[in-house]
Amino acid sequence: MLGRSFPPVFARALGALAIAFGLTCAAFAQQPLKIGFGMSLTGPLAGNGKAALIAMEIWRDDVNAKGGILGRKVDFVYYDDQTSPATVPGIYTKLLDVDKVDLVVSGYGTNVIAPAMPIAMQRNLCFMTLFGLNVNSKFKYDRYFQIMPAGPDPAIGWSQGFFEAAMSLNPKPRTVAIVGADAEYPAMALEGARAHIKRLGLKVVYDKTYPPNTVDYSPIVRAIQATNPEIVFVASYPPDSAGMVRAANEVGLKTRIFGGGLVGPQFAALKTQLGPLLNGVVNYEFYVPDLNKKFPFLEQFLAKYQARAAKEGVDPLGFYLPPYAYAMMQVVEQAIKATGGLDQAKLAEYIHKSEFDTFVGKVRFAANGEWASSRVMMTQYTGISGNDVEQFKKPGHVTVLYPTEYKTGSVKAPYHENRK
Amino acid sequence: MEVSTALLVNAIIAGLLLGGFYAAVSVGVSISFGMLDVVNIAHPAFIILGSYIAYIVNDRFGFDPIVVSLVLSPLFFLLGMALYRIYYLCFEKRGQESLRGLAFFFGILFITEVALVLIFGVDYRMVSTRYGDVTWRAGEIDFPMRLVVPFLVSVAMVIGVQLVLTHTFFGRAVLAVAQDQLALRLMGVNPVRVKELAFGLSIATAGVAGAFLIVIQPVEPAIGRHYIGLAFAVCVLGGMGSIWGTLLGAFVLGIAESFTSTFFGPSWAPAVSFGLLLATLAFKPSGLLGR
Repeated sequence: MLGRSFPPVFARALGALAIAFGLTCAAFAQQPLKIGFGMSLTGPLAGNGKAALIAMEIWRDDVNAKGGILGRKVDFVYYDDQTSPATVPGIYTKLLDVDKVDLVVSGYGTNVIAPAMPIAMQRNLCFMTLFGLNVNSKFKYDRYFQIMPAGPDPAIGWSQGFFEAAMSLNPKPRTVAIVGADAEYPAMALEGARAHIKRLGLKVVYDKTYPPNTVDYSPIVRAIQATNPEIVFVASYPPDSAGMVRAANEVGLKTRIFGGGLVGPQFAALKTQLGPLLNGVVNYEFYVPDLNKKFPFLEQFLAKYQARAAKEGVDPLGFYLPPYAYAMMQVVEQAIKATGGLDQAKLAEYIHKSEFDTFVGKVRFAANGEWASSRVMMTQYTGISGNDVEQFKKPGHVTVLYPTEYKTGSVKAPYHENRK
Repeated sequence: MEVSTALLVNAIIAGLLLGGFYAAVSVGVSISFGMLDVVNIAHPAFIILGSYIAYIVNDRFGFDPIVVSLVLSPLFFLLGMALYRIYYLCFEKRGQESLRGLAFFFGILFITEVALVLIFGVDYRMVSTRYGDVTWRAGEIDFPMRLVVPFLVSVAMVIGVQLVLTHTFFGRAVLAVAQDQLALRLMGVNPVRVKELAFGLSIATAGVAGAFLIVIQPVEPAIGRHYIGLAFAVCVLGGMGSIWGTLLGAFVLGIAESFTSTFFGPSWAPAVSFGLLLATLAFKPSGLLGR
């Protein structure tokens, strides 16, 4: 017996140690699980950053309401990256070294994911990222994962649907113009478009980029019109998307199919501001109300999101980024639960080999951390009248052209006839 | 690409319309930087403030943003006067205007941006006007009203500023401040008061330029930073303190940008515009119409 084998003083000391250890373990179990990230809360992409943050906070609240992950409440530590890549390394260093977070995820977009990659790689972190386009093509990091459904070759997958829709026209188009902003995302999108153009044997009649702070886009659209292209592919950020669509209407651009990679019309702000000017534009979306039966869980999330977004002055629709921000955290949650901890190697290994059930459907990752198959929906805006946001919450204004399993109609061409 | 007469004329017209907007953005800097020697880096922040005020009134009451900006320009004038008074008391009076004054205006720029983010959020805002989606066509030549209306009001505003500066006692006093403050004191005029009023005028033009901006493109709180370099470039190109020079410089940059975008590729536009600025400064360091 213990009392006989050890002197009483040792027995008491051992008992005290056991109690202290137990208390420490209990305290550790109650410590929140800290997830750190930078997010664009100011700067040009802050609209998306705030929308993503709301979605992630909804996830956190949902998880905490169910008792947290592995018995620990989830807590966020985040900083505003000001949509500036230069701030990102400092933010992630602070999160890891000062705030001692348990896990990091990325902020929104290619521009802020790329500068976080070297830190994630140095520390061998499992890095789940939000809407970076083809970031890992240069880094080739085996613990990188990305939630945007652009497929294993994002540059190609991004514009696949646009060129499939264009080539479904009869007679098949032969000439193409491509244009985009001098920035990371448009450069990637244009690179993918060029690959499709080469594959399809199309003749390029215009291939230019423009500075992101361009004010008037009509000279660009006139220059495109002068080359008489049958297809016009545009890769742009929100202000230039608005500028290009307005200029196409003002100049009276005559082409068979126009759009492809416009960032902005996915959000209520640009949808309502451009209104009928969007009619005929072919562009990518990740969710449209016409597909609500295919994503049954999304409705309840969107209801929560839309209530909060209205108060916080961000995208009141939330079709584009928020469901995927929530899904990103669902993947993280399921991986931690399945591996039973925060071992970065085990998390990465599990994410690579598993399929995840999320609000945006089943998600499986390819070897490079991108979605195993592309699900970029190419759509065409149609029948939009006025600038009322409510019309965009109902089915009937966005026709899905691609992929085939989500198709709700065929492309209507030429573009300028739809515009009327 | 086939270069047709219509393409050429459209490029010139687009450049002029763009130049009209650039003139509105720059005329205030021409007054503050060119005449008063106040490096107001925060000028774009007041442009964005003007955009948001025009947006609120347009959104809630449906009033035309440009009319709103003209009606509210006295408020911007008073705001400018108050800002200059603070700047004068804290920096200029103590001879610390060079570096600390610059930091002060940087601070104003960031505070304004953050305040707008906190109040309005970070989403892009745009206004609806009767003419926003209207394009008037003369044959193959396009006149988008979204640019024509700001152009007309801007040119009228710049001419108005020039008339005030050359045909009123206040205006001549401002020009005198730019030349010799001591001489002005000897004439019994308080140069600080004159600078205060002139700075108010500068900020009032920024408020109106803000309404033009939100008519032309969607606006978010940080978008003003794009115009810092442009406003100072137009001011220097035209000639420091020359209002006609500012108008001419804005047209030159607008047409250069439009021509380059149309015929050579838009990514070359900034290089050509700023190349023109460098060439002008090399051959005429005082700017196009500077003395």
